[in-house]
Amino acid sequence: MLVLEGLDVWRGPSQVLHQISLEVAKGEIVALLGANGAGKTSTLLTISGLLRPRGGRAILVEGGQEFDLSRLSADRIVAAGVAHCPEGRQVFGGLSVTENLRMGAFLRRDGEVAQDMEEMGRLFPILRERAGGLAGQLSGGEQMMVAIARALMSRPKLLLLDEPSLGLAPQMVDAVFDIIETIRERGTTVLLVEQNAGMALDIADRAYVLEQGKITLSGPAAELAEDRRLQEAYLGLAPAEASS
Amino acid sequence: MTSSYLLQQVLNGLVLGSVYALVAVGFSMIYGIVRLINFAHGDVLMVGAFTAFGILLVFGFPLWAAVLAVLTIGAILAMLIDLVAFRPQRNAPQVNGFITSLGVSILMQNLGILLLSGRPRPFNLPDWLRSNLEIAGARMTVLEVVTVVITLVVLAGLTLFVRGTRLGIGMRATAENPTAARLMGIRVNRAIATAFALGGALAGLAGLLYAGRAGQIHPLMGFVPGLKAFVAAVIGGVGSLVGAVLGGYLLGFAEVLFVGLMPPAYGSYRDAFVFGLLILILLIMPNGLMGRAAEERA
Repeated sequence: MLVLEGLDVWRGPSQVLHQISLEVAKGEIVALLGANGAGKTSTLLTISGLLRPRGGRAILVEGGQEFDLSRLSADRIVAAGVAHCPEGRQVFGGLSVTENLRMGAFLRRDGEVAQDMEEMGRLFPILRERAGGLAGQLSGGEQMMVAIARALMSRPKLLLLDEPSLGLAPQMVDAVFDIIETIRERGTTVLLVEQNAGMALDIADRAYVLEQGKITLSGPAAELAEDRRLQEAYLGLAPAEASS
Repeated sequence: MTSSYLLQQVLNGLVLGSVYALVAVGFSMIYGIVRLINFAHGDVLMVGAFTAFGILLVFGFPLWAAVLAVLTIGAILAMLIDLVAFRPQRNAPQVNGFITSLGVSILMQNLGILLLSGRPRPFNLPDWLRSNLEIAGARMTVLEVVTVVITLVVLAGLTLFVRGTRLGIGMRATAENPTAARLMGIRVNRAIATAFALGGALAGLAGLLYAGRAGQIHPLMGFVPGLKAFVAAVIGGVGSLVGAVLGGYLLGFAEVLFVGLMPPAYGSYRDAFVFGLLILILLIMPNGLMGRAAEERA
């Protein structure tokens, strides 16, 4: 479904991604793990067209078509089936919950948007209660639900989720991870960026570990959960040569 | 003071406030979406006035054609200014855009003087627009009634657009968070162009109405209403459309009441009064009447 090949990405004067290659197969949940500043968000922004790679390719294969994401504009990438639920939720605080969801369906011309809104109300009952309220007045967890529902409103084939657990109360985190599994069951492939490696590995099929813009580990989630090097990385005990 | 005199002042305020509101709404809308203090906005009004002059008085077309023309020309001109002057420096600091807008304003004024001469020209609307109507002892010209009605219709239409349509909500979303808007598939440059087009159309329309009231046009005529619209937008809370309309009417009423209630000798201090009012309101409510806590500090 998604293939990244040797991506080199720069932000201003500094290179943030070095030769990133990864694959996400249809129907998978793939986790992208790493510490703050490792390049997780930059990877997602490159996939959704907000950052442009200087080298390498990002290919989306969907419906028998191949899309070169490094050449498409951000709106074409959404139209091709990629939705990006950004770091820190970034709901439109001055818009109502319903308006936020309508924005998620901005590019859709089919007549089923209203029907999908209903569906989101079933998936996230809190959204139905707060439909007319301003998104900015919701709690962090509720805003996360709005952000995820908004992303789903484009009917994505691939959902990019950036740190959905960040800053949420523990029971809210559980709810969010339950929803991610539901999303996959509904047929959407998920690329999940997380700092909470334990929980991410619980629901993911496979995972990649990013350190300082490079992929240093990858494999099935169950194996990585047991990996000593991963535990070291998360305890900040990475070998000296990696931390220069 | 008789009640008909007071009514007369209120009606005058309503008319003046309508023109200010039309310009201020566009000004505020553009600020809201690109955080740009656009001082060239008043000069779009000037071009609207000259367009109306050409259509009505040079070519002798009917009023509806002039309204259509000022809306179109205003929209195209504002989009063009955005494309040429502002878009190339979209990510530059806020002050760059502000200075650029001053440059665009001076350029347009001087182009106007060069091409059209700086000499004021009489702008006389058809007689039927200048005939008087009597309302409970107060008098209004047909043009003034038209001004108020058109303004209210246009503002209602704008509200429906911004609240209810996909593109309108998309504009608000872009104003709030351009990055998230792009992730929704909204083309940010197109949303911004839409704001400029709407703002420009309203300024063009205001040009027709303002010139009809003043009875003359000249290339520097956009400066004062542009500045007043800026004041109205700031009083209302820049970025808020409702605030801009409120600010426009408040300013219109304040100005007319000041001139109408003070002895005639003070009449020429009206602008000093307007800016004094601005300072007073900002001292009490730094974000304006409808403004949210200042988030525009880049």
